[in-house]
Amino acid sequence: MLHRLQFTAKKLVRMALLLLGVSLTAFLLMDASPLDPLQTNVGQAALGAMSPDQVAKLEDYWGVNTPAAERYLGWLSSALRGDLGTSLLYRRPVLEVVGQRLGSSLWLLLFAWAASGALGLAFGLIAGTHRGRWPDRLIRGFCLTLSSTPSFWLALLLLMVFAVWLEVLPIGLSVPIGAAAESVTLAQRLRHALLPALTLSVTGLSNIALHTREKVADVLDSDYILFARARGEGHILRRHVLRNVALPALTLQFASIGEIIGGSVLVEQVFSYPGLGQAAVSAGLGGDMPLLLGITVATAALVFGGNLAADLLYGVIDPRIRRGAART
Amino acid sequence: MRGNRRKTTLLLLIFAAGVLCALSLTGELLAETASAADFSRKNLPPCPACPFGTDWMGRDMLARTLAGLSLSLRVGALTAAASGAVALVLGTAAAALGGWADALISWVIDLVMGVPHILLIILISLACGRGFWGVTAGVALTHWTSLARLVRGEVLQLKETPWLRMSRRLGVSRSALLRNHLLPHLLPQFLTGVILQFPHAILHEASVTFLGFGLPPEQPATGIILEESMAYLTTGRWWLALFPGLSLVLLVVLFALIGERLRLLLSPAAAQE
Repeated sequence: MLHRLQFTAKKLVRMALLLLGVSLTAFLLMDASPLDPLQTNVGQAALGAMSPDQVAKLEDYWGVNTPAAERYLGWLSSALRGDLGTSLLYRRPVLEVVGQRLGSSLWLLLFAWAASGALGLAFGLIAGTHRGRWPDRLIRGFCLTLSSTPSFWLALLLLMVFAVWLEVLPIGLSVPIGAAAESVTLAQRLRHALLPALTLSVTGLSNIALHTREKVADVLDSDYILFARARGEGHILRRHVLRNVALPALTLQFASIGEIIGGSVLVEQVFSYPGLGQAAVSAGLGGDMPLLLGITVATAALVFGGNLAADLLYGVIDPRIRRGAART
Repeated sequence: MRGNRRKTTLLLLIFAAGVLCALSLTGELLAETASAADFSRKNLPPCPACPFGTDWMGRDMLARTLAGLSLSLRVGALTAAASGAVALVLGTAAAALGGWADALISWVIDLVMGVPHILLIILISLACGRGFWGVTAGVALTHWTSLARLVRGEVLQLKETPWLRMSRRLGVSRSALLRNHLLPHLLPQFLTGVILQFPHAILHEASVTFLGFGLPPEQPATGIILEESMAYLTTGRWWLALFPGLSLVLLVVLFALIGERLRLLLSPAAAQE
């Protein structure tokens, strides 16, 4: 048990260091940006008409005059106390904005994550066990096309077919327009989330399916499968293939978190879905440094958390790793 | 047919190279046509005169699509080359130097992989003030990680092979080792890796441009075209989005196919499959 704790602690320290690195990198990149937050948000004409006093006040608000190092250290010290600053665009605490946006994205992300993983695994298993035959060719062609399709274009196509042409699904947003928050039913929410979730599920699918296929093919070529066949064993798929594919499948599943979040930025933009990805885009376009920094750190934390979960689950799934770790 | 894998791959390569040359050439030639407005023929659906239709300013969508693809190609080539170079240098450095250099480089790789690509490209593009160089730098600086890992792993493996240990003991110079033993092993894998970067690079460029952090709106990039088409989606002008996107998909599929074929051909284990 002790080595598991040590292992976890080591990973947690590494994760904290990485998060620190991410926040510093993101901060430096935003600081290096030549885009003036005042010009972006106030506009040239309005800025020209303002009194110098007012301009100085605005410069203070957007943090133009404070040195970068001071700003970063200030941000870091309050971030460690759980305060990620105030969003300049939304005028609310960053943590609140991120929490709310993540809350509305979460079901989308979770559904897409689960669906792409399950479908990818199934496709990979089918293709790998039928190598060279038509199901394999069909799935490989499908995956190649999918991985070559930009997700936002797919979203546009789905919108054109289902929302404009067939008129069966809403064209955007997460709730009907003009409806009070209390009167929105679950069915309405689901209807609005259907197309975004579908588009998002597709983004991670092909990668998982193709990698699983390779792994299944490797396993089927191995000596132990040959031996099992020679002994006339049944249930080879369940007893040998699935067990040996589980580990790489787990890696892929948890590695796809970043891809899904990245895809959600695009998909939410097309469907005007008020989630975290859309907030990232408006923060970036509007020069809202605290919010963009907060979103970057939050998504990085999710990705690193996923990696950590995968590392910990290896030991649960594979007894060899568990015992190997115990010995060292 | 089985023995002809090499021949078909070669043919495919020649065909693809031809397509790419033709695309970049026509894109250059059509740059004028692509942004020429003609209000006498705006919002035309696809017809024999303009197969991809025209937009609300009467610009020919076929010309715009081709110009956009050639722009994508340029960004793709530039970023694939740049990220390939970064991956080669950092990957070999990590494996050859070992110790803290290896730890540092691996840490940076983890760092870059920890932030979703789109978000990181947005950040880098903002740092460079958006535009062509912003998005190029963004894509180039995010796509080297997996290739660098591959190179690092290969070099680490090669370092321990009997023939390399032997030649080191025999006093063969470092540069000769690199030239005669490391590079010939590394090059095929590396080149396929670079070609397989192409699809990702092109797609990410289009995505970031679509979001408004990439190429400026006056350039007929695919991302810009699709972003503009969004406003006309509800009025049923399907051709504005369908054809440019479809062409992009075809281009990316072509690259993915070439990369995949090359990978199979160049890896000795799979070449005879």
